[in-house]
Amino acid sequence: MIQAPPDPMADSALDPATFPIPAAGALVAKRRAEWRPGAALADVPHGEIFAAGSEAAGAALALAFALDHMRARRSDPVADVPDERMWLWVQDREALRRTGRPYRPGLPQGLRHRLIHVAAKSPEDALFALEEGLRCRDLAFVIGEIAGNPRALDFTVSRRLTLAAERHGVPLWLVRIDAARDLSSARMRWQAASAPSIRPRWNPQAPGTPAWRAELFRARRHPPGEWVLRDEGALAVRPNADGADESGVIRAERALA
Amino acid sequence: MTEPRADPRILAIWCARLAVDRWRLGAGLAPGEGADAAPLALVTETAHGPRIVAANDAGLEAGAQPGMMLADARTLCPDLAVAPSDPAGDLAFLEKLALWSQRWGPWSALDPPDGLLVDVTGVAHLFGGEEALLADAHAAFARRRLAVRMAIAPTAGAAWALAHHGRAGTQAQTILRAGDDPATRLAGLPIAALRLDADTLTVLRRLGLKRLGDLHGVQREALVRRFRNRRSAAANPLIRMDQLLGRVPEPLLPVLATEAPLAQRRLVEPIRHRDLLDRVVADLAADMARQLEGRGLGARRLELDLWRVDGEVIVRRLELAAPSRDASHVAGLFDRRLEGIDAGFGFEMVRLRASWTEPLALVQADIERSAENGGTSLAACVDRLVVRLGADAVRRPVARASHMPERAQRWQGPLEPEKTSQATFEFHVRPAKLLDRAEPIAVIYETPDGLPRRFRWRGGVHEVARAEGPERIAPEWWRERGSARLRDYYRIEDEEGRRYWIYRSGLAGDGRGGTPGWFLQGLFA
Repeated sequence: MIQAPPDPMADSALDPATFPIPAAGALVAKRRAEWRPGAALADVPHGEIFAAGSEAAGAALALAFALDHMRARRSDPVADVPDERMWLWVQDREALRRTGRPYRPGLPQGLRHRLIHVAAKSPEDALFALEEGLRCRDLAFVIGEIAGNPRALDFTVSRRLTLAAERHGVPLWLVRIDAARDLSSARMRWQAASAPSIRPRWNPQAPGTPAWRAELFRARRHPPGEWVLRDEGALAVRPNADGADESGVIRAERALA
Repeated sequence: MTEPRADPRILAIWCARLAVDRWRLGAGLAPGEGADAAPLALVTETAHGPRIVAANDAGLEAGAQPGMMLADARTLCPDLAVAPSDPAGDLAFLEKLALWSQRWGPWSALDPPDGLLVDVTGVAHLFGGEEALLADAHAAFARRRLAVRMAIAPTAGAAWALAHHGRAGTQAQTILRAGDDPATRLAGLPIAALRLDADTLTVLRRLGLKRLGDLHGVQREALVRRFRNRRSAAANPLIRMDQLLGRVPEPLLPVLATEAPLAQRRLVEPIRHRDLLDRVVADLAADMARQLEGRGLGARRLELDLWRVDGEVIVRRLELAAPSRDASHVAGLFDRRLEGIDAGFGFEMVRLRASWTEPLALVQADIERSAENGGTSLAACVDRLVVRLGADAVRRPVARASHMPERAQRWQGPLEPEKTSQATFEFHVRPAKLLDRAEPIAVIYETPDGLPRRFRWRGGVHEVARAEGPERIAPEWWRERGSARLRDYYRIEDEEGRRYWIYRSGLAGDGRGGTPGWFLQGLFA
């Protein structure tokens, strides 16, 4: 059921985003830093999450990453005003048909009232909306959902998105629904799927806190790996090597709250 | 009931012959001169033929009465001349007149079809007293050759009654002083002075109540029982009487002159090319920004009118999410709106008009510019999205009071304020995403208590590993038809960990359809 992590060297040879690297030593030093929740605060993330259209794991993981990013950002001691900026969720028509529309009562508590939703007719319109959102300084983050591998979403466009995100400091998580792993300049690329949830204490027969199996198959700064993640006020990690046993849960050290 | 203001004074002006006066002014005639010397009637077309709306003095003398059919009037006076009436023009004229009459008071209100109300509280001494004010107003209207009757009273109702039905004698009789008792002063006026509609007047006449004083002789309770309509003041003589006596306040809607900021270019040579047009639009946007800045306003709606040489006018409209006067932003938004425009033989005139503006304070330009390097503002971002994708595509969800999940959220514009609503229950676990339409699932194997063990959805088979439920949601009988079925919702998780929200529509044997069907409506995180 759980796949072994793919060979990183085979991927990096194909991926132009990770290709131009100055020295081999630097590569090793950078690669050594294992991904952890709340890590990589130095650069603004542009992540891609590949997920199936028959589940909400992709969007849920994007939201969990966004929350994690915002919690890690809030450590500014001068900022006494809570961050109440709006955030943008862009869907193209096919993604909306396959995975449904955001439902406000089911969204995380702190994000519900700040959502601006864009229902784009075509992938081109969705990419336009994503780029406009990334250029807006008043948005906390942007989440996009695009189904399949449309021709409009090529390497140039994804590079534009990366540059816009880094220039204006607005993070982007792009959920690719039922898509093949094409060329992209995203800094981190994940494969997401739902994982069996934690059994609730009082009703073990019920679904509990959601968990996702997240496979980081390509990243600039981190070695590939596979985790089971869940969001319980802070993004928590369970390395998959320990198996599915709940005694093996390791909370991340940075409790980000 | 609140006490009225210290000493309000209202001037009521009744243009008694407004339609005829306007016709005469339009023809450039003095009263009784030229065509006005002969009998003339202004008519409007009705289903039963032309009907007389107004007639001049000679026409009235010859027997033409307002409300009469033209054919009947022609039998009395065969040489009756006819001109069409113009009620819309009369109303527009009255609006201008209302602004003009603000020379006697700070604000004025329309009293359609042919009256005006001017607030002259505390201004009479500027004219040397109320008699002098009335004399001044009479002289001003006489110069404009308009026949008017006027009165000043503490309330709009009393002033109206005196102006329309008071004795047209000395000016002292058309002024109701603050010390006078309106009930006794106005007791002799006919009941029509209460501004009632025709049906109510008929009822009152049948009851034998012909003068205002008669109404005081009747017990109030009896009248309350008789006239129960509290919604429309024109149908209730008691409300009108209270307004006339100043017992209840009567809000009036003042007429305010607003001027839409406008920038316009007449072009020497008709332009046919897009880059030239963009240049003109950018110039207009800069002009508009300067005007708006001078007034401390920001535009919410902008209209760009393009006059083509061959007589066509093309209008492009733009709405902004927040007031703005940023010329480059406006020009950029019109840039997209002008795509695919047909110039024909060229545009000869371009006009930009801000038909909806809101106050926008001045901001320090340098700070704003430094922020612009970091990105656009949210309002500008929303504007650009709406211009390309349409207003229906950019929205935000807000809560709505409903049990039904698909109805519990509603979509509105992204920057509109959110209405307060009751919080939802924390123990109601809801999915993060809802399908636009619940999709039917085929249950393959069902447990005895009714929950499916295995089902097929979109071609894939799902084995239910864990479930919680049911959460029963009954149909909202006040919104739906009686045949709507209740729903039993289950949160389920399949063997791979995918979490769904499924429901059974109805119960077996509830008499509202056949076998209950199963549907998948939401996807949990």
